[in-house]
Amino acid sequence: MLFVTGLCTDYVSDRGQVVRAAQDVSFEVPAGKLFTLLGPSGCGKTTTLRSIAGLERPRAGEIRVGNDVVFSKDVFVPPNRRGLGMVFQSYAIWPHMSVFENAAFPLRVASKRISRQELRERVTRVLKTVDLADLAEREATKLSGGQQQRLALARALVMEPRILLLDEPLSNLDAKLRERMRFELKRLQRELGITTVYVTHDQSEALALSHSIAVMNGGRIEQIGSPREIYERPHNQFVADFVGSTNFLEARVLDREGDYYRVSSQIGGMKVRATEPLAQEEIVTISVRPEDIELTETRKDGENAWEGTVHQKVFLGESVDFVVTIGEHQLQCKAHPSLRTRVEEAIYLRMDPEKCVALKRS
Amino acid sequence: MSTANPAITADAVAARGPRFDVKWLIVGVCVALTLYLAVMPLGFLLWQSFFTPQSAAKAAEFTLDNYRQAYASEETWTLFWNSLQFAVGAALIAFVIGTGLAWMNERTNTPFKGLFFALSVIPLIIPGILFTVAWILLGSPKIGLVNLVLQQVFDTDAVFVNVYSLWGMIWVDGLHYSPVAFLLMTAAFRAMDPALEESAVMSGASVPQVAARITLPLVWPAVFATVLILFVRAIESFEVPALLGLPVGIQVFTSAIYQAVHRYPSQIGLASAYATTLLLITTAGVYFQSRLSSQGSKYATMTGKGFRPRTIDLGRWRYLTTAIFLVYFLAIVVLPFAVLLWSSLQKFYAVPSMEALSRLTLDPYRTILSYPNLTRSVWNSLLLALGSATIIMLVTSVICWIVVKTRLPGRWLLDNIASLPMVFPGLVLGLAIMILYLYLPIGVYGTIWIMLIAYVTRFMPYGLRYNTTSMLQIHKELEESAAMSGASWTTTFRRIILPLLKPGLLAGWIYIVIVSVRELSSSILLYSPGTEVVSILIWELWENGQYVELSALGVMLILALFVLVLAAQWLGRKFGIREA
Repeated sequence: MLFVTGLCTDYVSDRGQVVRAAQDVSFEVPAGKLFTLLGPSGCGKTTTLRSIAGLERPRAGEIRVGNDVVFSKDVFVPPNRRGLGMVFQSYAIWPHMSVFENAAFPLRVASKRISRQELRERVTRVLKTVDLADLAEREATKLSGGQQQRLALARALVMEPRILLLDEPLSNLDAKLRERMRFELKRLQRELGITTVYVTHDQSEALALSHSIAVMNGGRIEQIGSPREIYERPHNQFVADFVGSTNFLEARVLDREGDYYRVSSQIGGMKVRATEPLAQEEIVTISVRPEDIELTETRKDGENAWEGTVHQKVFLGESVDFVVTIGEHQLQCKAHPSLRTRVEEAIYLRMDPEKCVALKRS
Repeated sequence: MSTANPAITADAVAARGPRFDVKWLIVGVCVALTLYLAVMPLGFLLWQSFFTPQSAAKAAEFTLDNYRQAYASEETWTLFWNSLQFAVGAALIAFVIGTGLAWMNERTNTPFKGLFFALSVIPLIIPGILFTVAWILLGSPKIGLVNLVLQQVFDTDAVFVNVYSLWGMIWVDGLHYSPVAFLLMTAAFRAMDPALEESAVMSGASVPQVAARITLPLVWPAVFATVLILFVRAIESFEVPALLGLPVGIQVFTSAIYQAVHRYPSQIGLASAYATTLLLITTAGVYFQSRLSSQGSKYATMTGKGFRPRTIDLGRWRYLTTAIFLVYFLAIVVLPFAVLLWSSLQKFYAVPSMEALSRLTLDPYRTILSYPNLTRSVWNSLLLALGSATIIMLVTSVICWIVVKTRLPGRWLLDNIASLPMVFPGLVLGLAIMILYLYLPIGVYGTIWIMLIAYVTRFMPYGLRYNTTSMLQIHKELEESAAMSGASWTTTFRRIILPLLKPGLLAGWIYIVIVSVRELSSSILLYSPGTEVVSILIWELWENGQYVELSALGVMLILALFVLVLAAQWLGRKFGIREA
């Protein structure tokens, strides 16, 4: 449904410097899917989204919506003719209009005239979808944050856009509300089956909502994949570190063993997985997530098993975080709160080779 | 991904060609108008000051004579010296009074503080010419009430005050601009964190020590900027020097320009040379003032916390401050208005006495209401005020959109050019526009259009400022979301931006209506029979010596402006709340 190819967008910052915000960004979003651009602030995700919207003019590349080219070397369709819906970070609810008028605006300015009756029906329907039908006549400024967010969504949906663009729509809500709106948004997107591009810096939001995720850094896409792929098979250190927390271990590749590799790491010999083929003697970084390290008070035998000492421990209610020392190296581990090993005591670790991912050095 | 040529929509094709966009037409017209209005008169003024007058027999020739004549003569240095004394004196008087009141209002427990803020609108309500006339009735050596009262009290013939003097001019002008100082200094005091003063009190400092060693040094940049603004205002002012200075031969730049134009044959070249000098002075003033304001961040003490400062308890001294306030209120509002009211109820002007009291009459009102030029002047004033306010607010809303919301190169230049008329004294602008349309044969000279052009040019910076304040509060995304909803630029401007600008638009509009109605110094060089405005009518009545009719017209004008100001404040409150 959406095809972005080789997109490059620069902009001039307030200080007059040219910022390379998006560089050679390419991806496609199949119809009905929710695609997330994830990355730290300044990584170019919002610029990419605004380029799709037509609010920024890219330097190079091509953007296609369905079969229509909306941007290429000599085509630039202005934002008001692209027929895309967008929810802004600030919601951008017009304070001088009622809830109903805000939602009706796209229909009122559309080039295709519709009857008053149809307009009322469509606006009411969309307000019902976001559960605001009762507040239609209220002044838009009298809405709570969550309600404003839903009104912004209603306004973006009312013209039945081909694609819905969401720019950090949950970042202005408090934590509790954010969690609820996350489910709400997911349900709505899945029910309406609307193709959606979602921008966020919050990895848990991205993992919870998306069909697929593009992790961006420094204007480039680092990896595109399903939430599970991104989390379990990161392609490089940046992705592994940005999405969730992880332990990094330096290692040297010894040899290959079927689907696995045997390496010599900072904490000794290990058996690991790799996303790309590795050469012998290659120096790699092993990423192991804290929750993938199994902790026990009894010695375990077999592959990837170590003995360590508890260095620090933090009780978090649903889990306990341990910092375990093996030799001179420290590892973060997450365990069930039933594990009560004390600081300075010995503890035994084991890692599933499947969960130890070898990352190539870049 | 398929790379086969995708079907291109009609939209995309349309976007490819040089499609005509109303947006660029509107933007282009507004920018062109601004540039034309702000730059052309200045250019012609400079040009004129270097050329001999053009006549049917002889074309204009380049000359330095105007400057030679202007600067070789002894008179000019007297002029320069007078102007400087007058402007510095008036600025200091206004500053001392305004700052004292602002401090009393913001930092002490003086009673009647509620009335203070009513003061800030006085210069808007009482036009300069009426204020000056009222003070002539109060302070002239022969008929001045102040003199008469004091002479009776002390039983002498001595003249106590004489407004027809440099000191008189300084006093009247300084008094008239003191509310401006009050407003500016109040803002400065409010921007200061009261904790800074409180900590000085806690360190054991007395009230005068706190004022001298903490408060004043902190508001120092504001002090300097305020004095500069007052200086520029004073050196520009025309009514006081013309009414008080000319009869006794004290000339300053503004009155000299007026006389050079009104002499026969008129010496426009000489007037231009004076005007250029005056323009240089005001430009320097405005330049330093804006430099000061922009680097004020070093001293910015605002914490954003809206704490009302703990006021200083003056103890018994607060009776003194109350008395000062009451005397001030008397001098700036009660006495001028009362004396105008009194004189408007007499057949011929007479000083108040029991006998005169018995002769009260409404005759002056009848005379002025049937005055042949009245209806036409009122109509002209209204037309000019409403027309210029509407044009300015709409055009500057577009200019301000370009400056605030776009990244067009050169937008800062546009902002500066649109603010350029700020440095023009009204009289200089009038002169420049007069010269421009004398040479530009498009038929506006001598019509009401030339005055509309003058008003729009002169008050454009105010419109820009009101609009900029509002525009800065409109989040970029409010506009972008309209574009994403499918609205074109024109629709977005009309349905999103203008409604959101409404509070600023309305406030600016009313402000411009008010200042346009009072406008005298530009109009005086541009009006011709048939295009008189109310302030010109007052001027003519003064020249004819029709004081009682003038007073009657003045009283009605003050009341009308008062209603307008009330409406403006009411609207400001009403829309101000919704904005927040």
